[in-house]
Amino acid sequence: MSASSETIDAVVQSEYQFGFVSEVPADAVPAGLNEDIIRLISGKKNEPGFMLDWRLRAYRHWQTLSPPTWPNLHYPPLDYQSIVYYSAPKSQEAGPKSLAELDPELLRTYEKLGIPLREQERLAGVAVDAVFDSVSVATTFQDKLAQMGIVFCSFSEAVQRHPDLVRKHLGTVVPYTDNYFAALNSAVFTDGSFCYIPRGVRCPMELSTYFRINAANTGQFERTLIVAEEGSGVSYLEGCTAPRRDRNQLHAAVVELLALDNAEIKYSTVQNWYPGDAQGRGGIYNFVTKRGLAKGRRSKISWTQVETGSAITWKYPGVVLQGEGSVGEFYSVALTNHYQQADTGTKMIHLGKDTRSTIVAKGISAGHGNNSYRGLVKVLPGAARARNFSQCDSLLLGRQCGAHTFPYLDVRNNTATVEHEACTTRIAEDQIFYCNQRGLSTQDAVNLIVNGYCKEVFRQLPMEFAVEAQKLLGISLEGSVG
Amino acid sequence: MLEIKNLTAGVDGKTILKGIDLRVGPGEVHAIMGPNGSGKSTLAQILVGRTEYTVTAGGVTFEGGDLLALKPEERARAGVFLAFQYPVEIPGVNSAYFLKAALNEVRKTRGLEPLDAMEFLTLVKEKMRLLDLDESFLNRPVNEGFSGGEKKRNEILQMAVLEPKLAILDETDSGLDIDALKIVAQGVNTLRRADSAQVVITHYQRLLNYIVPDFVHVLVDGRIVLSGDKRLALTLEERGYDWVTQEKAEPVANPLTATNLAYAPHPVTA
Repeated sequence: MSASSETIDAVVQSEYQFGFVSEVPADAVPAGLNEDIIRLISGKKNEPGFMLDWRLRAYRHWQTLSPPTWPNLHYPPLDYQSIVYYSAPKSQEAGPKSLAELDPELLRTYEKLGIPLREQERLAGVAVDAVFDSVSVATTFQDKLAQMGIVFCSFSEAVQRHPDLVRKHLGTVVPYTDNYFAALNSAVFTDGSFCYIPRGVRCPMELSTYFRINAANTGQFERTLIVAEEGSGVSYLEGCTAPRRDRNQLHAAVVELLALDNAEIKYSTVQNWYPGDAQGRGGIYNFVTKRGLAKGRRSKISWTQVETGSAITWKYPGVVLQGEGSVGEFYSVALTNHYQQADTGTKMIHLGKDTRSTIVAKGISAGHGNNSYRGLVKVLPGAARARNFSQCDSLLLGRQCGAHTFPYLDVRNNTATVEHEACTTRIAEDQIFYCNQRGLSTQDAVNLIVNGYCKEVFRQLPMEFAVEAQKLLGISLEGSVG
Repeated sequence: MLEIKNLTAGVDGKTILKGIDLRVGPGEVHAIMGPNGSGKSTLAQILVGRTEYTVTAGGVTFEGGDLLALKPEERARAGVFLAFQYPVEIPGVNSAYFLKAALNEVRKTRGLEPLDAMEFLTLVKEKMRLLDLDESFLNRPVNEGFSGGEKKRNEILQMAVLEPKLAILDETDSGLDIDALKIVAQGVNTLRRADSAQVVITHYQRLLNYIVPDFVHVLVDGRIVLSGDKRLALTLEERGYDWVTQEKAEPVANPLTATNLAYAPHPVTA
């Protein structure tokens, strides 16, 4: 192995330091899943009868299923009875009193990501004093939105205040029968976001979970529902670049998007859940079902994601293109480093006429990471003149990582046009050396090249997110050189 | 400025350079010529820090410091530049962005403030005019889709922007037609300064009509066997490299001061 490739290998070693320990009072709820636990969850949240009913049906269906074995992922089987399915929201007293109590490494990461001080406190769960209160900031935004008729609140709140809306749309895009993890989520989901944009309204700001009141640590089983009425538009940001840890290893979220005639939903995700240590121990398992239904004519749903965290990632944000002339997009950067594994991709289902879909998936594999793209483009018989363009690229850094592609093309209408391109590359030592000879360090060279590789996807992100995502990628690939 | 002493180096157990001695002073242009396989490119690669090669004897000092002890990027920031024979492509990386990053690294080393985007663009556009390069060059990914001539001109553009103290041009003329050659040579000539030096590695004499050297060295089988002034290049053109190997059965210990040369070198300024 030449010295240059040793350098590349050294560069992608990194320590994901997250020493944040927060002692939360022990839960009174025992581990395990049964109907009593579900009733308990629903009861604690004071849900109306239809919700409990839905949860129970989902649970009973889940019991008839077994976890999928087809993904290109290897992990010991999960014991679903050893998980605690309900945990009380963290109380403020339990958190650190100030940032000074946090692991300096974590603070350094916040600094590197350019996260402002107040945000750092919020992320760390530091109790914020009454004078500058993040809760009141969030309230101000909510009021402004409410004036336009926009509802943006936690899912739990929506169940209380807009039960009809929830009841009408919940499970219409991802029914609990969809898959094992969707069924589980439907039974035990804790909280998430709910967003409703009325007819003709284009939401004037990017909505993000930062602005939800009571954005407690609810990452475990998140449920999100976004409904965009005719002619409306919204851009939603999920997640953050800051490293997040959770005592709960299993995460199974469901996100449903619904766009009616001429409506547009843009959903961006930056995910940096704890990926496990350098030996692959610990780390979050992220099994997510995300789907958009482009129901209306000329409706549009775009998914953009930057996935750098989690030990295991299983997600296929997809779009069902039902409305005539509807458009679906999927832009993704997925990174696997150390011992991370990802089996991720998208599904574009063309039902209506003159529908279009675009897929740009960029995988980056480093360390011993194993990255698989799995994409489905399905054109049903009625989808006349459907058009799809797919590009899935893999970038391998080092010699011990893996990149795989599993494209599925199922085309049943002969006026459809489907294009697929795939490209696998490595960063050549020659390229690194060229950068070195112009004065750039190897770390900078790798960052430059990786950013160039991801440019097309980053361009889709709202600007602040794009800048954060670039930094995040740099940090995720940081080595001792950094 | 640059002093190479008894440089002996090779790769995969094979010795390619067998004791090179060379001194390059500021303001000088040295040409290194030689047949294929003589070690010309190897010498260039070792000077800029390519790690495939192992130095088994001798050393190189640059401005009084041990050059071989520095990493490639450190050598670059110290002012050593190589115009590659086969410049590599870096897809997705914008040329302007790349060059600005490189320039700011060099500026940082020299204790200068980094240039912002506007300042950089002004600077680089001026340099591009000199090299007859279209502005659209800047938006293209580094060397991607460039013709051979464009790649070579891009190397000289980078040289013009980075203003190195020592520029090594590795067969810059290969693959160029006469017009492109003239432009490249013109660019190189405008960059000659009293405090910088150029080492021009070439096969053919033709380039040296345009980039006129102060010294010419002939490298054969890993050794400099002959040195002279620009007239030596003409002789080589006339008589070929075989003449050199026949004339000079033994390698010359220090070509610049030896007295048994057919052509006396230019007086060396210390």
